[in-house]
Amino acid sequence: MTFLGINLFGLFGQLLVGLINGSFYALLSLGLAIIFGLLKIINFAQGAMYMLGAFFAWMALSYFGMNYWVALVVVPLVVGFIGILMERFLVRPIAHEDHLYSLLLTFGVALMLQGIFTHVYGSSGLAYAIPEELKGGTRLPFMYLPNYRAWIIVASLVVCGLTWWLVEKTKLGAYLRAGTENPQLMQAFGINVPLIVTLTFGFGVALAGFAGVMAAPVYSVSPEMGSNLLIVVFAIVVIGGMGSIGGAILTGLAMGVIEGLTKYLYPEASTTVIFLVMVIVLLLKPSGLFGKEA
Amino acid sequence: MKLSKLHIALLLVALVAPFVLYPVFLAKILCFALFACAFNLLLGYVGLLSFGHAAFLGTGGYITGWLMMNANLTPELAILLGTAAAGLLGALYGKLAVKREGIYFAMVTLALAQLIFFVYLQAPFTGGEDGMQGIPRGELFGLIDLSDNLTMYYFVLAVFLFGFWLINRTIHSPFGQVLKAIRENEPRAVSLGYNVNDYKWVAFMISAALAGLAGATKSLVFQLASLTDVHWHMSGEVVLMTLVGGVGTVFGPLLGAGAIVTMQNYLSGGELGNYIHIIMGAIFVICVLAFRGGLVGELQKLVKRNFG
Repeated sequence: MTFLGINLFGLFGQLLVGLINGSFYALLSLGLAIIFGLLKIINFAQGAMYMLGAFFAWMALSYFGMNYWVALVVVPLVVGFIGILMERFLVRPIAHEDHLYSLLLTFGVALMLQGIFTHVYGSSGLAYAIPEELKGGTRLPFMYLPNYRAWIIVASLVVCGLTWWLVEKTKLGAYLRAGTENPQLMQAFGINVPLIVTLTFGFGVALAGFAGVMAAPVYSVSPEMGSNLLIVVFAIVVIGGMGSIGGAILTGLAMGVIEGLTKYLYPEASTTVIFLVMVIVLLLKPSGLFGKEA
Repeated sequence: MKLSKLHIALLLVALVAPFVLYPVFLAKILCFALFACAFNLLLGYVGLLSFGHAAFLGTGGYITGWLMMNANLTPELAILLGTAAAGLLGALYGKLAVKREGIYFAMVTLALAQLIFFVYLQAPFTGGEDGMQGIPRGELFGLIDLSDNLTMYYFVLAVFLFGFWLINRTIHSPFGQVLKAIRENEPRAVSLGYNVNDYKWVAFMISAALAGLAGATKSLVFQLASLTDVHWHMSGEVVLMTLVGGVGTVFGPLLGAGAIVTMQNYLSGGELGNYIHIIMGAIFVICVLAFRGGLVGELQKLVKRNFG
């Protein structure tokens, strides 16, 4: 179907792909932003945690016959627990050092995890079947919408929305925001800040694990799936600035859509367009679209 | 720079080494040592963690390689132009990156390096996934044939010594003192009237150009320029070399590059080859947790404690 010379099927198809990629960008940058808010560190292993989520879902199905829906709940918890262990035993001992060291530390963890999975499963990638309930699709007037893809968008929007609500509107979120402003003062009020830090790290990492499970049926499950995605997410975090939860979600979705649009208009630039947007943002508003400080 | 006994001893070792060890292997160490020294100029002396230095290594290699294959230049000119290209890219990237600080700086440089990675992946002149193979080494100044590995090694040694000298000269110049002041206390440097971003920018350019010089020389040694050199893994490797050797020390990056390259060569031959990334990741974690001073830093601490 064409309209004004535009292939609408192609355009909407790419926009859908963009929106799906954007959902993953949003989930990962949201996790990074939450961790950064309280700990002031960037978790370089966030991509590896996403990869872990996908692999754990695959392993749960292949070795234990655990179906997708159970994995969607259990795997993020397991990945989040790994994050908690990581915070407790690796990140915390160097919390008082320059934050660049924690970046290097988590980079090392990411290399190790990626190396381990490459060693065991090879780098070619594994297939994970779409769950029975979400097979097939809906024929809309302008495009064909596969059910699983629609589910990705809805589920990640819900999770992002819930996280936003949790941080901005609940008492727990108020603690979190207070901790972001002034952890010493909060500690003085008798709130267990180290516990909140640990749980926050675990939650941020669990978001990546959740994204990984969701990604398993659409992308091939491979050790490198996380690192490539993470570098794009870094650019998105620079574009959005990590000052606001809503900003991270919006920027993630918007960049996905821009990427999809580029894939339709000028496919050669689709891998670079987000980095180019980052360059433009650095030139015009260096602190990022939603950033408070440089 | 005054020559100490240590300098002279190391120079003698470097001159004699190719008669004991394989010259290409030694040349590889020197190329990576120069790369790590260039990186260390930023991290060790300005406190800027660039996570995208592979972009400059790769650019130097690709441009020099392309010129050697297509422009019929002598190697020193090709290397000079490759270095200039990396410096130019460094000028552009540096201008953007110094707008952000700390962790953001690392992310910006990583993302910019990924941008250039995709450009080289798609650009026709780089040969895409295959890379440029069979780059001729040519004749230095049109006189000295570099196809002999021993001659090549001494040329690489000369290039390395030049780069090493330039970095030391920079560190000990008044300009370098300002860089260190920025590292120690940036707001204070600003209040003293220094345009901090310009200082960072120039340091970034020097560092990028020297990383390009390392890449350019490396492409002649191996007669190969490939995507491996622009991949983020390479950016991580140079961080690791510097960290293992000792951030902010003069000889640390040299020692770190030697250690990591030797380890990679040793592992890739044996059955542990598959574990290389796991081992490198583990070294990262151990270094950050326990040996933040690196080999040279810890050694200095030891000497100070026992003899100081």
